[in-house]
Amino acid sequence: MASNMSTVTLGSELDGQVPSGDIESLWDQHQFDMKLVNPANKRKFEIIMIGTGLAGASAAATLGELGYHVTVFTFHDSPRRAHSISAQGGINAAKNYQNDGDSVFRLFYDTVKGGDYRSREANVYRLAQASLSIIDQAVAQGVPFAREYGGLLDNRSFGGAQVSRTFYARGQTGQQLLLGAYQAMARQVDAGTVTLHNRVEMLDLVVVDGRAVGVVVRDLLTGEITSHSAHAVVLATGGYSNAFYLSTNAMKCNATAIWRAYRKGAYLANPCFTQIHPTAIPASEDFQSKLTLMSESLRNDGRIWVPEEPHDDRSPRDIDDSERDYFLERRYPAFGNLVPRDVASRNAKERVDSGHGVGRKHNGVYLDFADAIDRLGTDAITEKYGNLFEMYERITGENPYAVPMRIYPAPHYTMGGLWVDYHLMSNLPGLFVIGEANFSDHGANRLGASALMQGLADGYFVLPYTIGNYLSPLLGQAPVDTGHDAFKQAEKTVRERIDQLLSIGGTRTVDWFHRELGKILWDYCGMGRNREGLEKALSEIPALRAEFEADVRVLGDDASLNESLEKAGRVEDFFELAELMCIDALDRDESCGAHFREEHQTAEGEALRNDEDYSYVAAWEHNDAGGPPTLHKEPLEFEYVALSQRSYK
Amino acid sequence: MKLTLHVWRQNSPTDAGRFESYTAADISEDMSFLEMLDQVNEQLIADGIEPIQFEHDCREGICGSCGVMIDGRAHGPQRGTATCQLHMRQYSDGDEITIEPWRAAGFPVIKDLVVDRSAFDRIIESGGYVSVPTGAAPDANLIPVPKETADRAMDAATCIGCGACVAACPNGAAQLFTAAKVSQLNMLPQGRPEKLERVANMVDTMEQFFGSCTNVRECEASCPKEISIDFIAMMNRDYLRSRFSSNGA
Repeated sequence: MASNMSTVTLGSELDGQVPSGDIESLWDQHQFDMKLVNPANKRKFEIIMIGTGLAGASAAATLGELGYHVTVFTFHDSPRRAHSISAQGGINAAKNYQNDGDSVFRLFYDTVKGGDYRSREANVYRLAQASLSIIDQAVAQGVPFAREYGGLLDNRSFGGAQVSRTFYARGQTGQQLLLGAYQAMARQVDAGTVTLHNRVEMLDLVVVDGRAVGVVVRDLLTGEITSHSAHAVVLATGGYSNAFYLSTNAMKCNATAIWRAYRKGAYLANPCFTQIHPTAIPASEDFQSKLTLMSESLRNDGRIWVPEEPHDDRSPRDIDDSERDYFLERRYPAFGNLVPRDVASRNAKERVDSGHGVGRKHNGVYLDFADAIDRLGTDAITEKYGNLFEMYERITGENPYAVPMRIYPAPHYTMGGLWVDYHLMSNLPGLFVIGEANFSDHGANRLGASALMQGLADGYFVLPYTIGNYLSPLLGQAPVDTGHDAFKQAEKTVRERIDQLLSIGGTRTVDWFHRELGKILWDYCGMGRNREGLEKALSEIPALRAEFEADVRVLGDDASLNESLEKAGRVEDFFELAELMCIDALDRDESCGAHFREEHQTAEGEALRNDEDYSYVAAWEHNDAGGPPTLHKEPLEFEYVALSQRSYK
Repeated sequence: MKLTLHVWRQNSPTDAGRFESYTAADISEDMSFLEMLDQVNEQLIADGIEPIQFEHDCREGICGSCGVMIDGRAHGPQRGTATCQLHMRQYSDGDEITIEPWRAAGFPVIKDLVVDRSAFDRIIESGGYVSVPTGAAPDANLIPVPKETADRAMDAATCIGCGACVAACPNGAAQLFTAAKVSQLNMLPQGRPEKLERVANMVDTMEQFFGSCTNVRECEASCPKEISIDFIAMMNRDYLRSRFSSNGA
């Protein structure tokens, strides 16, 4: 195997550290094989947790319960604000409460296939197993999931699945699960095992002798820069969709923690695997600050269509059924409107690009509930989706009970992230990465309702075991002193960077640059990618970055709350990450899942994988000398799910 | 449209603070209120004036970060709507809008429109949870919960912790926030074993930071999730029980 980009050097092959054995008993056996830390010794270990979303909060709570001392940092004013809170639709679990043929193996199979065979089988199987315990745990915490009249839990189906395995709490499932984890963590704050720092942002990772030993953070209220050391550092800092500027992510979501870790030697895997969610509200104008997701669960009852005639500007209610193109139902009769996200997104883009787009700017497709309202009645629809319909009306001024919603794909989730092995540890010993921040379980495309599952599986049920295996041999060793040169050097670098940003005194705002960067990424590294476009992006991004460094204007000071300053650092990191996304997309000369290289498609326009050459994880290593990154490959083997062309017809 | 904004500017918690007036030009009715502020900030930066600091994140009305007093009303004029979900089609050309931070003793101002709401975390830490360590849970369907109860618990659980209830209350009381969490957990079978201890601890913590409830109901009227004050009654009932119960806290 070689890299197909002349500028990329190939590094050593990576080992995912998957234990050998039958996949069904692998994790159980490994839990027994891993080293333990005895209860009295756990309090001797310090763990740093960055981020308090589903993964971070659930992990901090569980580690605290076990007796470890956990120091938690969040840049929010409260841990409960983390972006997991925005997840609407639900969480998958292979409970088979509906008796419709679900099983751990089926959830595993669907996830590997949905990820277009670019994930690690053993991780995914473990995820499917953990899904069962997550629901039990959440219910015991008082998460008010939707229930049937008999008092048992209700389920619904979700994109990419033919069984009903999704648990939900109205359209606010992420909120309820996050609050459950946040409350569990709050209990540990009260118990004294978790120390919480709000409004503090991690700005560097500290590595000594190849091990992650601590972090440098900045207090957002005072500007104070401090060092913190521990036996292990866990990053639970979410995804990087905001590199696109317009995405469904919250405004503060950023890549700085993982990017700083990358610059300190952690490998970043599959950065080009970014998911474009099919059902967001289309952008209205340039002032748009973010895109709002409409839960994918709407596809259960809504029918997606465009006018058959291009440029048909009649009101949707005046367009007769025979003049409509229900293009997903037409092209994918078996899955219809429930095809996986990447397929639904690409089809919407194709319809809009070919002139069938709807709305004032012709930049959307219809999601129509008229049939569902006829069939189930308005009350049933309100019960299921009421809050989403209200949100849509508030934003667009249109009533979705009366006229179809307009939707269009939007950047939403990043499957790529820091490389981790089976233990969720990066290539740097002592650095663990959980939740969306790692690359692990979703391959090239994530299925709906699986992000909440993965964040909580990592935090409640995987990391608490695997971290003990790492810590056990360190018993008796104190964390590295924060007076160590490596900490002092990192503090100095952070300080210099802040001073630099404040001193440029240019003419353009941080947001202006972010918006321009987003346009480049969306155009060339978005839903469709090709060599020419990616090469263009790779010449435009550094040019824009140079302009940023010369002309950005950051007002205010470093000694009080200064959002422009916070954002300037994050955007600067997005520039570098965006380049790596394009390098990865260019190097992966195949289509798979959400990574659609236009050069590689089937006659029907589906993603055409090249398993012979690209069945691997691409893990990138930063080059300190400033040259191109080094590519390390982790080969992927599929023993349990036979490689096949995905078909949802 | 073109609007005039009167915005509270305050450099630090100890600064006296003052109103500044700014013009918001070229405002589209499709903008959210926060996008309008974004645009004003872009202009301020161009003019060399430090932008207005305000809290925001998801901009979908769920994270609870945003929230300002708009013409004296928490989250502004639209019922059941967080500031980020308020859109400029609610306004007309020439309008003047006054924007202030939450006003409550329990929420000290940090800078401009940003306040410190960490007292809410303290309330949750004192009992807003079910004590169930990871891994200790029985099968999720073991205990049926009547749909009506689950739905009612969800009504309370929708609280986003924004603090509008406190800001709107003339007493700066946090009863609605606290009651929403107490009621959600106390209603469900999973939360019942700790119910009296929970309510006693949470109410006691609440009272360290916030004023007292005198049934003004401004909280309910300003809540972006329209949480009912019935939950305050439920909390008071449980609190009284905890005071008179031999096995209470």
